[in-house]
Amino acid sequence: MSERTNAQPLVKTVDLKKLFKLKGGALLHAVDGVNLEIYPAETLGVVGESGCGKSTLGRTILKLIEPTDGKIYFEGEDITKYSVRQMRHKRRDMQIIFQDPYACLDARMSVVDIIAEYMFIHHVYKSRAETYNRAAQLMDQVGLARRYANAYPHELDGGRRQRIGIARALSLGPKMIVCDEPVSALDVSIQAQILNLLMDLQDELGLAYMFVTHDLSVVKHISNNIMVMYLGRCVELCSADELFANPLHPYTDALLAAIPKPDISLRGKEQKLIRGEVTSPINVKPGCRFASRCPFCTEKCTNTDPEFVEVTPGHFVSCFKVNNK
Amino acid sequence: MENTTNTAAAVDNSEFSFKRASQAKEIWRRFRKSKGALIGLILLLIIVGVLLFAPLFISYDAAIESDFANVLAKPSKEHIFGMDGYGHDIFARIIYGGRTSLTIALIATVTSCLFGSALGAIAGYFGGWVDSLIMRSLDIFMSVPDILFTMAVVVALGANAVNLIIALTLAYFSNYVRLVRSQVLTLSEQDYVEAARAGGSGNARIILKHIIPNAIGVIIVNVTLNVAKIIIYESTLSFLNLGMPPPQPEWGMMLSEAREFMRPAPHLLIFPAAAIVLCACSVNLVGDGLRDALDPHLKS
Ligand SMILES: Nc1ncnc2c1ncn2[C@@H]1O[C@H](COP(=O)(O)OP(=O)(O)OP(=O)(O)O)[C@@H](O)[C@H]1O
Ligand SMILES: [Mg+2]
Repeated sequence: MSERTNAQPLVKTVDLKKLFKLKGGALLHAVDGVNLEIYPAETLGVVGESGCGKSTLGRTILKLIEPTDGKIYFEGEDITKYSVRQMRHKRRDMQIIFQDPYACLDARMSVVDIIAEYMFIHHVYKSRAETYNRAAQLMDQVGLARRYANAYPHELDGGRRQRIGIARALSLGPKMIVCDEPVSALDVSIQAQILNLLMDLQDELGLAYMFVTHDLSVVKHISNNIMVMYLGRCVELCSADELFANPLHPYTDALLAAIPKPDISLRGKEQKLIRGEVTSPINVKPGCRFASRCPFCTEKCTNTDPEFVEVTPGHFVSCFKVNNK
Repeated sequence: MENTTNTAAAVDNSEFSFKRASQAKEIWRRFRKSKGALIGLILLLIIVGVLLFAPLFISYDAAIESDFANVLAKPSKEHIFGMDGYGHDIFARIIYGGRTSLTIALIATVTSCLFGSALGAIAGYFGGWVDSLIMRSLDIFMSVPDILFTMAVVVALGANAVNLIIALTLAYFSNYVRLVRSQVLTLSEQDYVEAARAGGSGNARIILKHIIPNAIGVIIVNVTLNVAKIIIYESTLSFLNLGMPPPQPEWGMMLSEAREFMRPAPHLLIFPAAAIVLCACSVNLVGDGLRDALDPHLKS
């Protein structure tokens, strides 16, 4: 991974924004100026609490939602303004795995038909038989027994359904997959299986992942880099090891402190928990988004946007407390 | 590492093949499982058969030519459903009346469903000003009572089969606009629709492959309920002398005429009423069965 310095990022966003217009003209800043890079065969973990814009970021990068502002590059190509038609070709390279393994599969289609759907759309094979055969191979690849081929999704459990979703995402041979909380709807034991499967597939196929989650402990083991999001903004970005060893942003600090530790000596002691509520993402004013909950908040924090600065090589933070040092 | 990611991997055809029943066979297999649906289907087939081959049973003349000797005769061997107030054979009138009534009802159901569903789908899927335009026009349209509207159409255009169909279509299409619009609105928010889009699917494909198949169950139930309603509505129009012109037999007209003789000759009322109920029931049974058969969730 360290030798990638000369490699071109597979996906790169520059100041990417997605604002939703609400009724009455208010603007909801779901994604508010995100810069990120995803390299081939690597995983970028994206963490942040519910509603901070993780899913919106993933969907915007795939252009399932039109970005409001900023740029998206795929393999150096600016795809920001691509039409639906132009994006069709890119769909082969960029895929998504959904959070809800129930809602993301059409209940009226059988398992093979779901897995084969994308291949039919893109006419990957000439005949139906070939397509179904490839679907069967994909089932093998994701560890789904072929006897389920003609079953319907509701007959399977969450883990198997998620495997269907993974097989479908793999069916066009993508280079990058946005995994939008692919395990958060699953039992803990099945979570591990699915995570292992995703890791194996990455090794085997050289996939790049953008792995969205609100669970830092999940993302730690599988990510090369981790990006911490807060209210549509990226507050900290660095390698996974660095983030856990040397968190710089107060929000990251609090997130790490919030991971439950099986340590009896900590019982009864006060934990560093974040107080207060997330400020509203609607019509946000300038200033650090985390200011209202930050123990180190100064006046400057409440009226100026902190810049996203590379503090040490590869470690970016947007916080005045850190940047001023 | 070998780059297997972006190519269509070679396929071994011999290794695996899916023995899949065709979609239609699968639906029929599920449909058969429901007793009610089967009974409904058999009834419906019998009704359609009898109506289609009506001349084999009795001539049209018996339905329109008066036999004054037998006015209001009770059911007997020669006239199994008896005779009406003009000396027409009731059995003949039900059969030939059914041909008109059911044909008009079916065509009006289909046209109102297609017209309404198309409008609803357009409103729901495209949203924005298209949606507003369609829905506001519909509001204006619906502020006039159905019966008044239909009467106006028939009176203005004249009472014949085509105009009746137009009037019935206009009276019933608005249900489908609302129904299909709300279905499309909820369904197009589903993750699987986004998944299809992520796979490169266009709007047309999404509507055809995902939204219609998922909305069809609800629509079918509505259609079958409406067939029954339209038959009855059609009878209402005849009852108000706005149906097919006499002496052409028609079920609603028969009910209307039977009114006068309700006490002395109840069979005038009973048989056409039973015919309407039988048709409505069998269509509803088939509709319910079809909805269940189309839903893989209920596959046992
Ligand atoms: N289509 C939309 N219209 C308006 N607001 C939206 C829309 N989609 C998302 N939002 C808002 O954007 C913000 C970010 O939503 P998003 O779903 O990206 O959050 P998330 O980080 O994925 O949360 P979760 O962990 O709950 O999935 C939320 O405040 C949400 O209400
Ligand atoms: Mg989400």
